Amino acid sequence: MSIKLRELIRNVRACKSSAEERKVIFKECALIRTSFKEKVDTGLRHRNVAKLLYIHMLGYPTHFGQMESLKLIASPKFIEKRIGYLALMLLLDETQEVLMLVTNCLKNDLKHKNPYIVGLALCSMGNISSADIARDLSNEVIRLFRSGNPYIKKKAALCAIRIVRKVPEMISDFIEPASSLLSTKQHCVLVSGIALIIEMLQLKKKTASKFRKLVPQLVRHLKNLLLAGYVSEFDVVGITDPFLQCKIIELLRLLGTGSSRASEEMSDILAQVSINTEPSKNPGNAILYECVQTIMAIDAEDGLRHLAINILGRFLLHRDNNIRYVALNTLCGVIHTDTSSIQRHKNHIVDCLKDPDVSIRRRALDLIYALVTKNNVSGLVRELVNYLSVTSGDEEFKRMLTDKIVLVTEKFTPSKLWHLNTLLSLVEIAGEVTRESVAANAVLVVGHNATLQPYAVHRMYSSLKKQVVPSEALRRLAIFLIGEYGNHLVSAEGTASANKNRNSESKQEKFVQKTPEEVIGTIKYIISRPTCTPKVKAYVLNALVKLSTRFSGASEQELIAGLIKKYTSSMSVELQQRSCEYTRLLELGNEAVKSKIVSTMPTPEKLIRQTEKKVGEDDDDDDDDDDDEDEDEDEDEDEDEDSEEEEQDTRSKRKHRSTKKPAKKTTPKIEQKAAAAAKPA
Amino acid sequence: MIHFFLLQNRQGQTRIAKWYSPFEHAEKKKLQAEVYRTLIQRPSKHTNFVEFRNYSIIYRRYKGVFFIICCDPSDNEMAMLEAIHLFVECLDDYFVEVCELDLVFNFYKVFALLDEFILGGELQESSKRVILDRMALIGDFEKKSK
Repeated sequence: MSIKLRELIRNVRACKSSAEERKVIFKECALIRTSFKEKVDTGLRHRNVAKLLYIHMLGYPTHFGQMESLKLIASPKFIEKRIGYLALMLLLDETQEVLMLVTNCLKNDLKHKNPYIVGLALCSMGNISSADIARDLSNEVIRLFRSGNPYIKKKAALCAIRIVRKVPEMISDFIEPASSLLSTKQHCVLVSGIALIIEMLQLKKKTASKFRKLVPQLVRHLKNLLLAGYVSEFDVVGITDPFLQCKIIELLRLLGTGSSRASEEMSDILAQVSINTEPSKNPGNAILYECVQTIMAIDAEDGLRHLAINILGRFLLHRDNNIRYVALNTLCGVIHTDTSSIQRHKNHIVDCLKDPDVSIRRRALDLIYALVTKNNVSGLVRELVNYLSVTSGDEEFKRMLTDKIVLVTEKFTPSKLWHLNTLLSLVEIAGEVTRESVAANAVLVVGHNATLQPYAVHRMYSSLKKQVVPSEALRRLAIFLIGEYGNHLVSAEGTASANKNRNSESKQEKFVQKTPEEVIGTIKYIISRPTCTPKVKAYVLNALVKLSTRFSGASEQELIAGLIKKYTSSMSVELQQRSCEYTRLLELGNEAVKSKIVSTMPTPEKLIRQTEKKVGEDDDDDDDDDDDEDEDEDEDEDEDEDSEEEEQDTRSKRKHRSTKKPAKKTTPKIEQKAAAAAKPA
Repeated sequence: MIHFFLLQNRQGQTRIAKWYSPFEHAEKKKLQAEVYRTLIQRPSKHTNFVEFRNYSIIYRRYKGVFFIICCDPSDNEMAMLEAIHLFVECLDDYFVEVCELDLVFNFYKVFALLDEFILGGELQESSKRVILDRMALIGDFEKKSK
């Protein structure tokens, strides 16, 4: 009728499909349900509940078993109580109201003579009691603190942790009993007692003053552990009870923060532990880790702090990934207080950046960002940019890296050329993940420094040609620069100046003067690629119309006009509009007007701050182009009536177009334009 | 504080699950699946510590079973790793060369062992001998009371 637990497990495992398994389970559930409804106690209830637990662990609903487990708990037989409490812990949790019914049973069991039964009750209470149960039974638990049996004492201590977590107001009741727990020699009671005190300190910091008198006792315990020879019971690879040592050191940390007297009392023993503990195996490292955290948290003297940082430095060299991770984590926490001593380990941290494990890479990146100062910025950034070029795959990490590089370059720049070089490298290497502001800032730097313009345009031109599939950001930046400063590409002085600024150590080739046909040919190639987005094409049209004044030959003009004209019937309204307007503009006889319209753009003062927008999402440059050309047209005095009308048409069209676009973040550029436009009007 | 303790095999089946914080039934299932997905992808050379939601997971694989502890980020990760190892040693001694089938057929004994080792999310006993002695005593007492 009722099969054994083993049979059930065997049957379920023998099922070939989940449908078959469900059949077996439901059949068994039905049998169990009928047997529960029976009035007579067959003595098999605990077996049925055990089967029910197995079914629960497989994931099936088993709510009907909750009341049965309560009946089991109330039974006097030990084996039934045991299964009953296990069922209680598995099937119920503190949010269920059924739990209240258990309170009475728990109370009786806590008073029981048999220590194992008391242990069972404490165990269940410690795992799932709710706030109400905690309040009702806390007195019992405090009484059990004083029991002679260490087994009971330690369980009572851990139960108390749960009570103070659920009912923080009772912390004051437990302070005295907890302190008394520490005067024992039993390791298990010490571990539990210390855990209880740690919990109380974390919940209510004011209790620290009451516990500080325990520091000498704790120091003594720790000393005994260190000096004890081989104790087989607690020995783990040669270290006596690393768990207890870690717990004591953690408690010392909480007691030592903010109190210089306590910190003084513990410095000796901390130094001793740090020096004597064997760092070759994991338990030793666990203790050293805890020690380092404690030393950094308390008011330690400098010698001790240096010791701690040296230990962390040694951790960084360890083969084990875990230890390096933990070291990087800790260094991140203390970087602000001890920057100078950590600088020594800079090289190791940069090595960690190349680790295959992504969690280590991220930690190393955070740490490097915090370590950068004026002196080491060029070296570190060079490393970071090199690393960017070899890393592949992890998009998110690349993005974080580029962001950090940009932040760092903004904070500390030794020279404008270096700044420009870094920004251009970023766009070249990681264009897909850079934000809009990187290219924009590069343009700014170029705009402010006329000497750098030929270098910038030459460099971007060669990158554009060299890369097989240039990123969107690279294309836009390069085409913009070509349009603005194309004259430097084709002139001898431009090329010479560019070569002067070129970094002779790097593998960059010497810049060569280009012919106009070459440049136009490159642009034609870019625009004909299928991967060219409409935005890039719009940039190209702008660049072409600017080049019409930069390049003077007649054949070039024809080429340019031809290229632009192709888009007069484009499917994209934007391209069509631009193409038509520029074609008209090019046909205009008046050179003065033309050259004014397509002259180099004025640059704003401030660097554009990074925002959440990325490449391809938002387009401030178009707006600025329009506004700029608007303003230039406003300044014009034109005699030719036809062209005036046309210009009014185009002006109104442009104004209409720029107002059509929703108001985006007003860059300083637009504000300046608005201010300047308001003046002559 | 330890929030939960899981034993999962490589196919994703949870053999033992002990929860020390209240979670909804549906959430428990989701957590188990998510933890499994996170761990199965990690190659063995990676660290044994993973950041998971706002907890931190410490795990280690013994034969075909993952032993997983989920705790607060402020806890000492390496001490948790040691705790896992101690637990495995206890299981090994108690069941004499433990294998996954032992965990399936004797789950109530594994739970009892776990209850001697961790209580309320904190470590209870650091001595293997005491734990095993206790288990033996309780086993005897149970037999006598039958």
